[in-house]
Amino acid sequence: MLNQVPEAVVWAIFFLPLGSFAVISLAALLSVGGAIRWNPKLSGYITVAAIAVAFLFSLWVLDSVLQEDGRPIGFASHEWVRVGDLTVNIGLTADGLAAVMLIVVTSVSLLVQFYSQAYMHGDPGYSRYFAFMSLFTASMLGLVLSSNILQLFVFWELVGLCSYLLIGFWFYRDSARRAATKAFVVTRLGDLGFLSAILLIWTQTGELDIARIQELALTGAIGSSVIAFFAGGVFAGAAGKSAQFPLHVWLPDAMEGPTPVSALIHAATMVAAGVYLVARLFPVFAVSEEAITTVATVGAITAIIGALLGIVATDIKRVMAYSTISQLGYMMMGLGVGGFVAAIFHLFTHAFFKALLFLGAGSVNHATGTFDMRKMGGLARYMPVTFIATTIAALALVGVFPFAGFWSKDEILANAWKDQPGIFWTALAAVFLTALYVGRMLFLTFGGEYRGGEPSEHGDHSAEPHESPWVIALPLVVLAALSVGAGFVNLTDGFEHLLGGSLPQEARELQTESGFSFGIAAGSVALGLAGLGVAWLVYGLRRVRSEDVREALQPLPTVLERKYYLDDLYEGVIVKGVVMGVVVWGLGLWDRYVIDGLADGIGAFARTSGERLRLAQAGQAQVYGAAIFIGVVAAIAAILLANP
Amino acid sequence: MLSFIVFFPLAGVAAIALLPRERETWAKWLAAAAALVVLAASLAVFAAYDRVPGGFQFIDRHTWVDSDLAPFKLQYLLGVDGLSLAMLVLTSFLTTIAVLISWNIELRPKEYFAWILVLETSLLGVFTALDFILFFLFWEIELVPMYFLISIWGTGRKVYSAWKYVLYTFFGSAFMLVGILALGFSANTFDIIELSRMPALRDAIIPVQAIFALLIVAYGIKLPVIPFHTWLPDAHTDAPTAVSVILAGVLLKMGGYGILRMSFSILPDVARDASTYLAAFAAVNIVYGALVTLLQTDLKRLIAYSSVSHMGYVLLGASALGTVGLTGAAMQMFTHGLITGLLFVLVGMVYDRTHTRDIGEMSGLAHRMPFLATMMVIAGLASLGLPSLAGFVSEVTVFLGTFARHELLTVLGVIGILLTAGYILWMIQRVFWGELSPKWEGVGDAVAWWERGSLLAMVAVIVLIGVYPAVMIDLIESGVAPIAGRLA
Repeated sequence: MLNQVPEAVVWAIFFLPLGSFAVISLAALLSVGGAIRWNPKLSGYITVAAIAVAFLFSLWVLDSVLQEDGRPIGFASHEWVRVGDLTVNIGLTADGLAAVMLIVVTSVSLLVQFYSQAYMHGDPGYSRYFAFMSLFTASMLGLVLSSNILQLFVFWELVGLCSYLLIGFWFYRDSARRAATKAFVVTRLGDLGFLSAILLIWTQTGELDIARIQELALTGAIGSSVIAFFAGGVFAGAAGKSAQFPLHVWLPDAMEGPTPVSALIHAATMVAAGVYLVARLFPVFAVSEEAITTVATVGAITAIIGALLGIVATDIKRVMAYSTISQLGYMMMGLGVGGFVAAIFHLFTHAFFKALLFLGAGSVNHATGTFDMRKMGGLARYMPVTFIATTIAALALVGVFPFAGFWSKDEILANAWKDQPGIFWTALAAVFLTALYVGRMLFLTFGGEYRGGEPSEHGDHSAEPHESPWVIALPLVVLAALSVGAGFVNLTDGFEHLLGGSLPQEARELQTESGFSFGIAAGSVALGLAGLGVAWLVYGLRRVRSEDVREALQPLPTVLERKYYLDDLYEGVIVKGVVMGVVVWGLGLWDRYVIDGLADGIGAFARTSGERLRLAQAGQAQVYGAAIFIGVVAAIAAILLANP
Repeated sequence: MLSFIVFFPLAGVAAIALLPRERETWAKWLAAAAALVVLAASLAVFAAYDRVPGGFQFIDRHTWVDSDLAPFKLQYLLGVDGLSLAMLVLTSFLTTIAVLISWNIELRPKEYFAWILVLETSLLGVFTALDFILFFLFWEIELVPMYFLISIWGTGRKVYSAWKYVLYTFFGSAFMLVGILALGFSANTFDIIELSRMPALRDAIIPVQAIFALLIVAYGIKLPVIPFHTWLPDAHTDAPTAVSVILAGVLLKMGGYGILRMSFSILPDVARDASTYLAAFAAVNIVYGALVTLLQTDLKRLIAYSSVSHMGYVLLGASALGTVGLTGAAMQMFTHGLITGLLFVLVGMVYDRTHTRDIGEMSGLAHRMPFLATMMVIAGLASLGLPSLAGFVSEVTVFLGTFARHELLTVLGVIGILLTAGYILWMIQRVFWGELSPKWEGVGDAVAWWERGSLLAMVAVIVLIGVYPAVMIDLIESGVAPIAGRLA
């Protein structure tokens, strides 16, 4: 047991990676100017070191919070801006929820940065990559630590910025630049709701402090319709960040960034932010029937549509991306059925196995030069470490006992079972679908014969693929251990205790109580195994040809391959058609021909009728300038004379 | 002190005029020296200004016209409060930048730099004059240098655009002059300090609503408010880079300044009644301006149109009538000046290298100009209101201040930030990212000291205000709080 963590150390968790960003950026700027010579490797070392220390400090925070049973440690707040009756105080939140998030973010980020040193080796943007990754981590940590909702919004947007920069990291690729813009704009659409919610709550209560807002909501000091609108707006923002239907469309494209970036986005940063936000404001959601039901319903829909899309994708990273969407749906659903602890528990376990799946995909790509599963196959033989690690993560994702996902997913199911049958059965169906796409991914990638990979800039991969270097393999092993072990942290309800403490007393009663149910656990594991079995039949043994299944199920597979036509609807119909094609085009014509035309017309009329005054129009502005001056003086003189 | 600041640029003009022709390249050094002295002096005033009592300080008062024939006198009266001081600093900063980025001007440099300095004097005069007639004089004098700068050193349909600008402003000025005279004769003074202290005028020689309308037309054209905005894209696009910077950075703020200083402060009762209309115009400005911006394919026109949208936030914040909203409006004037100034500088530098402004022709320029691309990304993010950069502070203050009074119109304004993200990111994606088209193999990055220096200085201020807004926001609040007090 350590002493209670001092405020400066908690701030350091945020400022260390921020400092790493600042140092690397400055070094890059100076070295471009030729003032210093900068070895890009240093950028990697600085990032890893900064985040490693932040991780240790996060452990200290966890230790202190554990001593408080998860209740928040009180820190002073600091005035940032004060204008009229608006005062924005920034400060720190350190409670059970924050501590868990700090651990998730720093540990996953640390492993990802370590791995990146090898993965990004030789990239011309090596330093830029680590600068952005540092800023990304800092922003997410800042978000988690925020005690004020406007402060949180600042980091919220910075997280969005970093994912924009990192998705578009290879900015010269057309797909990357499009994906980056799409991610920013789609998430910002949700942020309109979040920002409006902040405006509403401040106008109604004069409060921006999160703890105070929770308190006011719980004591009934805020009208129910205000709460519903506030929660709705916040959820719109969360749905954008956490890729909930119908704002999920940016996430699959976001894999255009380097793979370790995807690992970070999908596990610990960007998408976790939305779930964290809803969890942070759980008391507000919980007092509003409409709000909490919306969260549960949207979560359930997202869980299903994401899993279905995962079944048809051929790009291994896309499979993972849809899987993330689906799992985020689970977390939201968990919050929506009152399972505050279960949802965060799932976020916690998911962070490890999803990071592992992405890093595993990166390792596979490192060996084969492709992300297309149709060109892989048979990799189990060549890459045993990657294969075993990925399989562990896959089993955790499916929720097979005793892997991490089993424990957390089971809690969500148990919570839903209490009194939300619709949600429960949807969640259960998603378990089967999850197993199906996971199995398909495993058999296509690692089973059968090697199908040749793809020659890439890094070298020729058509020869035998081989295991990745230890800098890549080590994080895989660590994450694999966590994907097994992370589920056991709640075996004695320690995790529950820790998280529960971060809720105000009144809010604890709004959670759903649920114990371990053997029936639900056995059922979901059985369904998961059944899904894996079907996948084995089709993609492993090839007893059933997948083409036949595809034919038999038409038109469903086509709809899925076109992603429910949502991209076509958003981009083709709404943006290009209605907004750009009709509204903007029409306004452009109106602006040019009617408004400006009218002005020109008046001008022309004046000119024609002024032909006779040509003499005065000498076209010399000095003359006009002088005329203005003389005119004004004359006017004043006239006024003075006329008013004796 | 203020008289020194306002008229020192004219000393620079005199020095430039005395330069022999074979030494005409020295003009830029003289102009830079003059601009720097003015900047240093304004910063000194900025540091010395006492924020706690606030109010008008550094007053310079002389009787100008005092006739027994009239019940009032005209004064030469200069002074600054928080609001005008912010504008003063903005003007002297951006003029310095404007001189620096004109370092390569070869066409008639003596005249060019002289006009820039004359322009600075007139702008500083507008923001410090506290006599309404004196204010009007400075307001009008500004047209002369602008006309020449656009029509001689501009591009494209420069003479058309210069005339359009002059005529639009003139049109507004005519209204304003009538308004000023009506106001002065009703209140028996042109002294703005007095006018904004005396009980709100109720009886005037013409209805006070009419006076308000006359003034607001002049300021609305300058801001600009739709439908009086079409001079803006033409003038901005055809003006030389440095002039676009001052035009967008400072001249538009004359409109916002006029609204707060004159219309609101002197006629608070009418302003209160007009609040909803103003907010409606503001929302239209924001959304309409942003939508039309989405259509622009000319890089400079795109930035120009974005100003129409962004100045809508000034009007929106003003329509809130409270301290928070007014502070937001004035902050928006300041931050927009920096951000759009930076955007125009960047567009100008890109144009100097590519000689085209057609977004469709450009692609992948980041390969050849990583420094300019980085700066453009920062400027773009500031423009779309990214937190930690200056634009966010003012926009969020505007929204927080306005929501209570105009809920729906504020939410419409919030939608503007999505549209802004749309056109800014689209522009960056098209111009800087993607494959480098072979046409641009030969272009280079910004390497000159005056290029990098001005860009970094602007970015530094944008980041400083974004991270620690109190530097500026306290000052501005002290300036607008009395105005809000009269509106309450």
